[in-house]
Amino acid sequence: MSNNKIKFKIDGKECIADEGLDLWKAAMLNGVFIPYLCHMKDVIPSGSCRICTVKVNGRPMAACTTPLTKEMNDAVVENETPQLEEMRKMIVELLFVEGNHFCPSCEKSGNCELQAMAYRYQMMVPQFSYNFPLRKVDATSPKIYLDRNRCIQCKKCIRSIKDEQGRSYFAFYKRGHKLEIHIDHELAANMTDKLALAAMEGCPVGAILKKEKGFEIPIGKRKFDKEPIGTEFLQEIK
Amino acid sequence: MSKAIVATASLAGCFGCHMSILDIDEKILQLIELVEFNKSPIDDIKEFTKKCDVGLIEGGCCNSENIENLINFRKNCKILISVGECAIMGGLPALRNSIPVKECLEEAYLGGPTTGVCNSEKIIPNDEELPMILDKVYPCHEIVKIDYFLPGCPPRAELIWEALVALLTGKELKLPYEVVKFD
Repeated sequence: MSNNKIKFKIDGKECIADEGLDLWKAAMLNGVFIPYLCHMKDVIPSGSCRICTVKVNGRPMAACTTPLTKEMNDAVVENETPQLEEMRKMIVELLFVEGNHFCPSCEKSGNCELQAMAYRYQMMVPQFSYNFPLRKVDATSPKIYLDRNRCIQCKKCIRSIKDEQGRSYFAFYKRGHKLEIHIDHELAANMTDKLALAAMEGCPVGAILKKEKGFEIPIGKRKFDKEPIGTEFLQEIK
Repeated sequence: MSKAIVATASLAGCFGCHMSILDIDEKILQLIELVEFNKSPIDDIKEFTKKCDVGLIEGGCCNSENIENLINFRKNCKILISVGECAIMGGLPALRNSIPVKECLEEAYLGGPTTGVCNSEKIIPNDEELPMILDKVYPCHEIVKIDYFLPGCPPRAELIWEALVALLTGKELKLPYEVVKFD
């Protein structure tokens, strides 16, 4: 990576970052929070959820997969504009109707990033009609459940949960809206508790849950009960 | 000022949202200053005796009676509010939505572990007095127009109270972050 610096503005704020960095990280280093669901520190971004969409010189781009290039010097980036926030809210609503998200019965409720994103945008009801798709649960692994009803197909698990040799415990089957996450049962047979926990915590929804323990944290003390999503992030970068 | 008239109903719900209304504690004294109840399980009035200003709907629609009831509420209430996750998205009853009705009924009345003794004749209830089960559990706004939505399971008492007061007095509705939750 070159050491060339790129100067740009996000919502009027002067920012500067190394050429080649992705826009999401560059924003973070400059103290700007761009909402996201599928992105993860130290993992190659996939740009699948599109929540982090910003406008670069008027053009919508997923911030996590947009590298800073020379051409972006003096670029005008829009982030928290009413239009983009409305669009992000709409994506959240689409994700809610596309799967089966029964928050009251979900173990991840309160710690769920999709739900927290809906709180952020004060989603009272999705404006689209519910799909109620038929999806299968895979509970055959010793350490984890995979509930595809809640999956938002972000592939975060595939990208981040790997063994020492770099082999993924998860893989996808089919593409687009038919995409299904599957577990590599041979690998998962020897999954450690630590990795199972990482898989559960990494999942932005409640699609991957660790077996044998649930509903540990009482209502009121969960991650997003009191603080909106992004609060932690903003404290970290201060 | 004359009191606003409020009606409430529990369709495919558990009455938890009605319990949450009662969770406003001593504010119930203010509530009766503000509103008069008509058709509602709270006062046990079974039929509408006059047109209402606000209808609070708990629960989604899982059978023909729910649909009839909901349409009746739409006709008799100026403003309809979906209260709680079940009214908004079907909630827990909607967990059956990906299973065919036939399979659900067979599991409940024929194949389930407790059906041997209680239902030795192996009958799926079919009396014509019973409402028909729908193919799916539907959110209320997919059946009639709903004006407002109060999420939660149940919606926090504070949310129901603040929303109702804002609606009836024209006061601006300010919702703290902790108040809007889906569980």
